[in-house]
Amino acid sequence: MSLNSYLILSAILFTIGVFGIFLNRKNVIIIMMGIELILLSVNINFVAFSHYGGDLTGQVFTFFVISVAAAEAAIGLAILVTFFRNMATIDVEKIDNLKG
Amino acid sequence: MPVQLPDINLTLLLPEIFIALAGMALLLLTAWREDQEGRELVANGTIGTIVVAMGLLWFTAHTTRTTTFGGMFTSDSFALYMKMLMCTAALLPLLVSRDYLKRNEIFKGEYQVLSLFALLGGLIMASSGDFLTLYLGLELMSLSIYVLAAFRRDDKRSSEAGLKYFVLGSLASGILLYGITLIYGASGTTTFTDIHAYVSGDLHHHGAIVNLGMILILIGFSFKIAAAPFHMWAPDVYEGAPTSVTAFMAVMPKIAAFAALYRVLLEAFGPLHAEWSPVLQFLAVLSVAVGALAAIAQTNIKRMLAYSSIGHVGYVLIGLSVGSDLGYQAVLVYLAVYIFMNVGAFTLILLLNRDGVGDEISDYQGLAHKRPLLAFLMALFMFSMAGIPPLAGFIGKLYVFMAAVQAGMIKLAIVGILFSAVGAFYYLRVVKRMYFDQPQSDRDFEMEVSIPNRLVMGVTGLFVVIVGIFPEQILTWAKISMSSFQ
Repeated sequence: MSLNSYLILSAILFTIGVFGIFLNRKNVIIIMMGIELILLSVNINFVAFSHYGGDLTGQVFTFFVISVAAAEAAIGLAILVTFFRNMATIDVEKIDNLKG
Repeated sequence: MPVQLPDINLTLLLPEIFIALAGMALLLLTAWREDQEGRELVANGTIGTIVVAMGLLWFTAHTTRTTTFGGMFTSDSFALYMKMLMCTAALLPLLVSRDYLKRNEIFKGEYQVLSLFALLGGLIMASSGDFLTLYLGLELMSLSIYVLAAFRRDDKRSSEAGLKYFVLGSLASGILLYGITLIYGASGTTTFTDIHAYVSGDLHHHGAIVNLGMILILIGFSFKIAAAPFHMWAPDVYEGAPTSVTAFMAVMPKIAAFAALYRVLLEAFGPLHAEWSPVLQFLAVLSVAVGALAAIAQTNIKRMLAYSSIGHVGYVLIGLSVGSDLGYQAVLVYLAVYIFMNVGAFTLILLLNRDGVGDEISDYQGLAHKRPLLAFLMALFMFSMAGIPPLAGFIGKLYVFMAAVQAGMIKLAIVGILFSAVGAFYYLRVVKRMYFDQPQSDRDFEMEVSIPNRLVMGVTGLFVVIVGIFPEQILTWAKISMSSFQ
């Protein structure tokens, strides 16, 4: 496997993640999954560059990204729970109290 | 083989370490003492912590550039200037928010501690010398503010604001990180000075990937500073979040993001100015246009100030895109002025907000007839934001446009001036409401103005007037800060 294959894989994951956030009209959980996909694509990029470039910084960075992603998911779900308690739904289309 | 230890100089991080330890101690105190007295204690402790941290900053800062942790953490006069601004931008909203928080039954220790951690993240960003420190600081700041935005748990609008801010903020972090990976792939390093050395040389066939990475990083930052076309979240979040949180996040995270942007653009991508300047110009023109035009239609004052802050970000980006020393100094002056104008205006909004009334511009109708002093102060901040001389907002805009003209970007300056004239309309509309309309019959504007509120209103009001008339001192400080980048 060459570096390019990894980069293409991560670019595809990144694109799916971004489209998952913008095209999805159903569920906030899917948005969270999109965010996780973006962070995973970042990790793949880092590790691939690190391996093929012979430099460890990228792998160290990956560990930090993983731990921050965990904190981010926890906080995101906590906010989602408060939202659900108020609205009794997590439909993306129902997130429209604020507009103008 | 002997292991080579990195140089670690903890004294450079003393303010940050102090805030981190104090924050954790206050968090424990919050858990132990859940009564009213404990909450007061935590609130006072937080304010004390920020004041002590400012003192530590002042005495430990190195005015010549000093790095530690292998270049990951930088201490210089620029960091000192930005950190002082950030501490002020965190301290003033905390001072004035206590009454508002009590009225809305969200006066809890966690609120203060989260503000403190957000400030800590911002301080780390201003000192970052590596994308790793930058990212960690950014996340610490952002995660704290997501929670703050959703702090009124039982309120639909607040939790929706938190959710929106979280989704778009995380997307921004993801895009920023993807850009960082591309830069890392091309250069093999994440340290700013090494990237600078790499992009100064011949990029061979890596030019495209470096440019793509840089643009993704700029998009990530544009989300964080709410520059158009990545501003969609700002009006919603400003409106939905508790007003005291809006006051905080209108200023502190912006200063932090701009501090980090300085580090990235000047320390890492300095030689690529010809590549990033057009991107910033595009963002700047769009931001001033959106800020001026979209605000006209707003009836909610928090939403209006959100669009106004998008406009201010546009002017700041004009100064940044110029690429001359004068432009960078102008931005530093503008940011300082921006803090005081915004905190001043939000202090009054916090004060006048009673039982859910006070967020609409029409709620300010006839304020001048009942409380002339408050109306005068509000008018002062509105005039300053509109950029009317001799107030501080005028000085900020003047320097930015001067820098643009001097660098030959006359079109950019003209666009900026035109839109600032359009923007003056909606600021003046607030003044018109206060002075020329009769108050609604059921609105008596009777309220006690507590001592911290008086203090902050006095300080911000005086700053706006004094800096408008004598801007030399703050320009000197900006000059000294920019000397770090030579």
